[in-house]
Parts: sequence; C-alpha cells; structure tokens
Amino acid sequence: MKKDTFRHFVGKLAYTSAALALAGLALSATPENDRSLRSIWTGCSAAWAASGADQAASAAAFAKASQVLQHPRCLNCHPVGDRPLVGDKSQPHPMHVERGPSGLGKNGLFCHTCHQEKNLQGKDLPPGAPEWQLPPADMPMVFEKKTPRQLCEQLKDPAQNGSRSPSQVVDHVRDAPLVLWGWHPGEGRTPVPMPHEEFVSLMSEWAKKGAACP
Amino acid sequence: MLSLSVNGKKYQVDVPVDTPLLWVIRDNIGLTGTKYGCGKALCGACTVHVDGLAVRSCVTPVSAVVGKEIVTIEGLSHNLEHPVQQAWIAEDVPQCGYCQPGQIMMATALLAANPKPSDADIDQAMSGNLCRCGTYQRIRKAIHRAADTMAAGAR
Repeated sequence: MKKDTFRHFVGKLAYTSAALALAGLALSATPENDRSLRSIWTGCSAAWAASGADQAASAAAFAKASQVLQHPRCLNCHPVGDRPLVGDKSQPHPMHVERGPSGLGKNGLFCHTCHQEKNLQGKDLPPGAPEWQLPPADMPMVFEKKTPRQLCEQLKDPAQNGSRSPSQVVDHVRDAPLVLWGWHPGEGRTPVPMPHEEFVSLMSEWAKKGAACP
Repeated sequence: MLSLSVNGKKYQVDVPVDTPLLWVIRDNIGLTGTKYGCGKALCGACTVHVDGLAVRSCVTPVSAVVGKEIVTIEGLSHNLEHPVQQAWIAEDVPQCGYCQPGQIMMATALLAANPKPSDADIDQAMSGNLCRCGTYQRIRKAIHRAADTMAAGAR
C-alpha cells in the first residue's frame, strides 16, 4: 500500500472511530459531552478534509507560529497560575496582582486600576491596550511551560479557546487589539520578533490545512 | 475644554487630553488630598475612584475619565463619617499620613469588591499601596474593623 493511500486509510479509520465515539456521546448528552462533541467534530472535520501533505504543512506552520505564543509579550498574560508576568524576563507581576475569576483582577485591585487603553509615554510606565486583562479563571489559556503540541491542542479546542473554530482563532490573532499590542509594546519591552503578517500567515495555513498539531 | 465630574460637582478644565488626572485634580481643581508619590503607578498614593473603581490617577489621562464619576479622598464623606475613615481614626493608623488618602481609597475599593476580606485578601489588594512609615499592621486591622462595621450596618 502506498504511503499516501495508507495515510488516507488511517485517516478514514480514525474518522470512523471518532464518529462512533460521537454517537456514543450523543446518546448520553450532558453539557460536558456537548463540549466534547464539538471538540471532536471540529478536529475530525478538519482532519477529514485535509490530505496527509496538508496536515504535515499545517503542523509545521503551527510549530513555527508557536514561537510567538511563547514570546514574553504573549506568554506574560498567559501564565501558569494566577499571577501575570512582566518584562522580558517574565517575572511575577509586582503589587501581588492576581487574575481573579473574570481575568480582570480581584479584591478591588483590577487591571484597569493601572493599565490604560494605550501605552503611556516613558519607561517603566504600565503598558496599555483595549481590554487589558488575563483570560478568565475557568478558561485560562495557559501558554507558559507548554509544548507546541499542547499549545495547538488547546488553541483548537472550543472548550478551551472561547468556543472558536480554527479560522476564528486566526481572526482573533489577526485583529484583537490586545494581540496586536505584542508588536507595539511600548518603551522598555521587546516586540515580538516575527512580523505580525508572517504570524497570521502561518496561523492561516495551519487552519486551512487541517489545524493539525506538531 | 473638558467637562469633569468630581465629588458630585461639575468642572470645566482647559488642559491637554493626556494630562494625568492627578494634576488636574490637584492643580486645576485645587483638591490636594490626592498625593503624588511616584508618577508611575508604583506606590498607590494617587488612588481615586472612577465610577466606583480604584484607579491610579498619576497614570490615568484626563480624557479617559470624561463622563465618569470621580471621587477623591475629600469626597468620600462630608465629615469623616465613612466607616473606613472612622476605622482609620479608631485604630490610629497614620504616622506621617502622606500615603493614607491612597490607602483609604484603595481600602474602600477592596471592601466594595469583597465585604469580608481575609488577611490574605487585604495583603493582596493593598500591595500596590506603599507606606514608608510601615503602618501596614494598623491598616490591616482598620480594614477588618471597617468591614465589621459595614456588615453590622447592613444587617
């Protein structure tokens, strides 16, 4: 059996197995199963549509794009735990700032206590962008200490990414002001090295070619 | 010309839109209870309320608060009767007093968000308000006292 044919067969077998799992979940419908259903369906639909070569290209594109997610400008607000990180060395945020349930802070010490909707002129001043916050506690979208594969699986899972499809994830990284801030972070902070257009192009390729994970 | 609402009164100020709110409050409106400590949101001395939430006025451009309700330490009560102010007096909190307007404004915001804070909650929320005289223990005690007073008043 040729390589491509074998991959096609394995893809079909995986899809059939997932379809049977979907049927089982559908018969025992709960909110948790509903999220699992959507997650499996999104992944399988993409995988079914993509050829082996496309999937390899998709995974490679994500692997390259994941360097952006691991850069301090992104990682600092996607930490393990409830303390955001600051600076190029990703150190714990001073003033004991914490995430809080909504990602906006807690106990009256909120992100907007100090952070404005744009950067301020001068060094060591709080950076700013619209909707400055962390992800909420029930959907923390952690980037810190994750492998590219873990990042990918998290990013394409609607239960973990704010109910987004892969193409909607691309929309987010292309348009969201807080994401764009990473390339214009203000004095004293290193911008994301990869050009934003290249990052969006890689993420688009990842999404269009099956949202495969490295 | 910008229109501001401070402590329930309307003011018209002619300043550049990126002027920090702190300087508008102190220099243009003449309310000097709010203090300058660092100018970089590192010390909390400049804390005021905007629409009921604590903000550091030294880094807040005045354009961001047009149309919002600003409350400074002077506007917290008419005659020091706010439970947090009463607790500060009862526990003899201030030493030099410079940081205390910011401390009181932040403590009030804490109690609005969490009416019954633990010691850990107080430490977490108040970590952005520095006191060079080291009155932290009394601040914590006063916050607990104010929380109890406000809870009793609510029953």
